[in-house]
Amino acid sequence: MAPSIVVDSVSKRFTLRRVRRLQERLVRAVRGEDLSNTVQALHGVSLRVERGESVALMGLNGSGKSTLLKLISGVMPPDTGSVRVGGRVAGLIDVGAGLHPDLTGRQNIYLNAAILGMTEAEIRRKFDEIVAFAGIRRFLDTEVKFYSSGMFMRLGFSVAVHTEPDVFLIDEILAVGDPPFRRSCHARIQELRKQGHTLVIVAHDTNMLRQLCDRGIVLHEGEVVYDGGINEAAAYVADNVDRNGVSNRVR
Amino acid sequence: MTLPRTTAEATVRSSAEAPELVEPGRGGGLVGVLRRRYLLRLLVRKELRVRYQGSVLGMAWSYIKPAVQFGVYFFVVGLFLGLRDRIEDFPVYLFSGMVLIHFFIENFNSATRSIVQNRSLIRKVYLPREMFPVASLLVSCVHFLPQLVILLLGALAAGWTPSPVGLGASVLGFFIVATLGMAVGLLFAAFNVFYRDFEKIVDVLGIVITWSAPMIYPWTAVRDVFGDGWLLQTYLANPLVTAVSLFQHAFWLPGTSGGFEFPPHLFVRGLISLGAILLLVGVAQFLFSRLNSRFAQEM
Repeated sequence: MAPSIVVDSVSKRFTLRRVRRLQERLVRAVRGEDLSNTVQALHGVSLRVERGESVALMGLNGSGKSTLLKLISGVMPPDTGSVRVGGRVAGLIDVGAGLHPDLTGRQNIYLNAAILGMTEAEIRRKFDEIVAFAGIRRFLDTEVKFYSSGMFMRLGFSVAVHTEPDVFLIDEILAVGDPPFRRSCHARIQELRKQGHTLVIVAHDTNMLRQLCDRGIVLHEGEVVYDGGINEAAAYVADNVDRNGVSNRVR
Repeated sequence: MTLPRTTAEATVRSSAEAPELVEPGRGGGLVGVLRRRYLLRLLVRKELRVRYQGSVLGMAWSYIKPAVQFGVYFFVVGLFLGLRDRIEDFPVYLFSGMVLIHFFIENFNSATRSIVQNRSLIRKVYLPREMFPVASLLVSCVHFLPQLVILLLGALAAGWTPSPVGLGASVLGFFIVATLGMAVGLLFAAFNVFYRDFEKIVDVLGIVITWSAPMIYPWTAVRDVFGDGWLLQTYLANPLVTAVSLFQHAFWLPGTSGGFEFPPHLFVRGLISLGAILLLVGVAQFLFSRLNSRFAQEM
């Protein structure tokens, strides 16, 4: 099998620069206080995802899941190590990031699909499918700011899911929406999986991940602590991470 | 109906040759922007639609500001200070410089803010980030066009006739301003991500730019004060001075009785400026792409 994503000993550190104003900087400098604060988001992460695999990224908040997705999508580069991806990457990293409230549903479909890398011809071909899946036909020429939050999410999801990228990144969005919408999302993701797209899904709902993924990778404080079958990974999370996370917090 | 096709696509996909592994988030730059012209077009259209959303006058606002500015300069500088007596067809003289300077300042302002304004997108999806300053430049061009039409009508009324020299001068003047706008727009957009001071700096620079180009007064007034020395040369080295003079040469001069003295070697100056600015665009692109990798985490 050919690899779809290769992450090789990747580290990523964020510098939080809280103090920015000149007068504050001077005061702090005089007092000799440290001006920066760093967070190690990822530390020596290596993984390889084969084409057509469906992988769950698991772990507590702040374990580095979203950072890893951002590195895979190319939004930011790693500090050290390398990330390589085969084909077009698109993600549901935040439904609606590309939606503009002052544009109509129709205008947003074109804009958002183009942002996610679709060509004009592809968008025209899939337009009706996108509208039907989102279920917004009546409001197609209404500005998106008047949409209910459910419609807004459906529209964002529908556009993203129709971009048919080789690698599809899904971050947390499956937790939102009402049950019928979640069911249709699931069905669509299963369909993508069957078609042989590579999927990387971040979520906290292990039951759902069990249905959608074959493999689970558990991150803890920026390191891969478990990588294996989805059921084993879910069990690992239940036994170790969740409990330790809680006890860490108590401590 | 769609099912068979998707299944067919699925079989093709699984048996197709594996796409080559590449680092994600590469292939940006101004070249990358050109490769995604369709997206650029949509972004420009979005910007034009959204900018005056919710205002009654809409697009008209982009003409009200220059119109008011024109009125103020015309009355204060033209009538009260008497520039109208020193410069023939003063309104045309004034307006031919004003459209260019206004174009530059508008582009400078919006390009500088373009990256920060689109931060929610930049943090989530990879796009060639140069897309945003380039879109700002194109939006400014769209606003510039009708003003150019008004300028032409005014010039015609003052007895202007088209000529190859005039056409050359206007094209050169326009490209000087557009490319300079591209270069400073890229630089300031990137710096503004790290220090929001830059959008304030641009506001302040707007005042300096307005008065440093010879659009309200003749450049000879500067020569009268500075003499022929290095001070004047420094003043004339400003590409905006050259561009404004070129526009006056193109749109104002033909309608006058002549005799106005432009800065020496105006066209040579213009070509040299354009060359230097193109180099600056290269430098700006280089710095932009260096800083680019930190955009997503800094905003």
